[in-house]
Amino acid sequence: MRNVSNIVTSIKRAYISRQFKRRNRSIMGDMSLTFLLGIFGLFSVWPLIFIINNAFKPLNEIFIFPPKLFVMSPTLTNFQDLFIIIGNSWVPMTRYIFNTVFITAIGTVGTVIIGSMAAFPLAKYVFPGAKTMSKLIVYSLMFNGTVTALPNYIIMSKLHMIDTYWALLLPSIGGTLGLFLMMNFMVQVPDALIEAAKIDGANEFTIFWKVMMPLSRSAWITLIILSFQSLWGTTGGGVIFTEKLKPVSYALSQIVNAGIARTGVASAVTLIMLVVPVVVFVISQSNVISTMATTGIKE
Amino acid sequence: MLTNQPITRRRSLAKLWKEHGAKYLLILPFALLFIVFTVIPVITSMIISFTSFNMLEAPSFVGFRNYINLVVNDDIFLIAVKNTLFFALITGPISYLMCFVFSWLINELTPKVRAVMTLVFYAPSISGNAYLIWKLIFSSDMYGYANSWLLRLGFITEPILFFDKKEYVFPILILVQLWLSLGVSFLAFIAGLQNVDKTLYEAGNIDGIKNRWQELWYITLPSMRPQLLFGAVMQITASFSVSQLSIELAGFPSVEYSGHTILTHLHDYGFIRYEMGYASAIATILFFTMLFTNIVVQKALRRVGA
Repeated sequence: MRNVSNIVTSIKRAYISRQFKRRNRSIMGDMSLTFLLGIFGLFSVWPLIFIINNAFKPLNEIFIFPPKLFVMSPTLTNFQDLFIIIGNSWVPMTRYIFNTVFITAIGTVGTVIIGSMAAFPLAKYVFPGAKTMSKLIVYSLMFNGTVTALPNYIIMSKLHMIDTYWALLLPSIGGTLGLFLMMNFMVQVPDALIEAAKIDGANEFTIFWKVMMPLSRSAWITLIILSFQSLWGTTGGGVIFTEKLKPVSYALSQIVNAGIARTGVASAVTLIMLVVPVVVFVISQSNVISTMATTGIKE
Repeated sequence: MLTNQPITRRRSLAKLWKEHGAKYLLILPFALLFIVFTVIPVITSMIISFTSFNMLEAPSFVGFRNYINLVVNDDIFLIAVKNTLFFALITGPISYLMCFVFSWLINELTPKVRAVMTLVFYAPSISGNAYLIWKLIFSSDMYGYANSWLLRLGFITEPILFFDKKEYVFPILILVQLWLSLGVSFLAFIAGLQNVDKTLYEAGNIDGIKNRWQELWYITLPSMRPQLLFGAVMQITASFSVSQLSIELAGFPSVEYSGHTILTHLHDYGFIRYEMGYASAIATILFFTMLFTNIVVQKALRRVGA
């Protein structure tokens, strides 16, 4: 009997919450907006479909006229060819993969932690220099990287960072985008919470780790996506010269560049390089959740 | 009096450290990297913009000559400025609205569906150079998808040379840029919408909010002002910084400079002619243009929902 009443209450609750969710929504509005979402969604996603289909196309289908979006007789030849080429690689492919995984993992963790650490005081406190620093960070986003590449290279070579992982890691960790993103989310954390933590004897570092980070979870999850994506695709061009230290996207681009006969292999490479960021993206995105609601905090 | 000054100064420093030391420590690691990899290079570039520097000989100081040449003598730069402003004026606001509208619509979905739909809209940005696909679509021969479809449907009798005709280049670049525009701001909006206090909607309902549009204007938008400001900065930089797209699709130089932007001009002087002084002057002008736009836009955004 208890079970039954439990079920009844949970259904009731679900119904009430559904009603709550649908408040201020009209069916016509819902339908037309869903339609809009669908049309633009198709427009947006079709290259992804194109890449997936192309990877399974035999060579003659890639060059068919008129061009077709969907594969007619799917094959794994492109992947098999790719693995044969990889097997002949002078530096083993596992080494390239290690380089990329290492750079991406350390770089992403570093970006999130160091960026958030700096974002917290800049977003929540007033102290000498804070305003100037925040302004510099926003402004720096507007200076184009093309002309700073040269001074950057000179600095890195003076610091003996050229041809090491550092040349990719440190500039990425010092990137301002992540910090700017974190600042804009941390501003929203209620001051009362920080005050309460202080009364409980927490120092700034504890507040950062135990209050600010959990409450800006959806922001740093977004930052993980952005940082992961940019580091994953890096080729190390201009700063990494030793073959053994090069990232996997460089190795794969070399394979692809070998000419038109590699078109099939190229589409397999595109798909493989895309799969990992997509998986990371989907896992992260489903974790972007309402932090204020789950902790029950309001100002 | 005079002897006292250093002491009070030291004392105030000590006081500053006691009050705010932990904050400075939190910022320190980032600040070091920021100064070394951003501040110093940017300042160096700005100084180089007052020199003539070909990367082989030492730079020689020329004062404002680069700037004067740009504005007075460089006709192509003026075309680039015109194109860039026009481009930014169209893609900036539209892309900003798109980012918001789509994140707002997606936010109504259940978490799993939301994650998938976010991927669907973010797809163009996730695969680094997916925009090259547009090159296939607008390819000039019959193998191009657009030409192939138009031919089959009977709209045209011979393939259009999309990137060789002035009137096609600019609209295509705008189309592709808009297609690419659901990036960082879009994700920030998705995350920001999640953080809007749900009880505000309940309270709003009691206060007489009738439909989703009022809800949007009076509750949602004001609640995510920081994200809106963030998105504005991102879309401004993106819409002013088009170069790779133009070079890859329209070629360089594009036909009659129809796809020429401030950044492709910079690319020309920085990577082809190696005139770093001139290139740095272009970067500095672009920087101040964006800064000015940003100040105007931020002022306007502060009025949202108010």
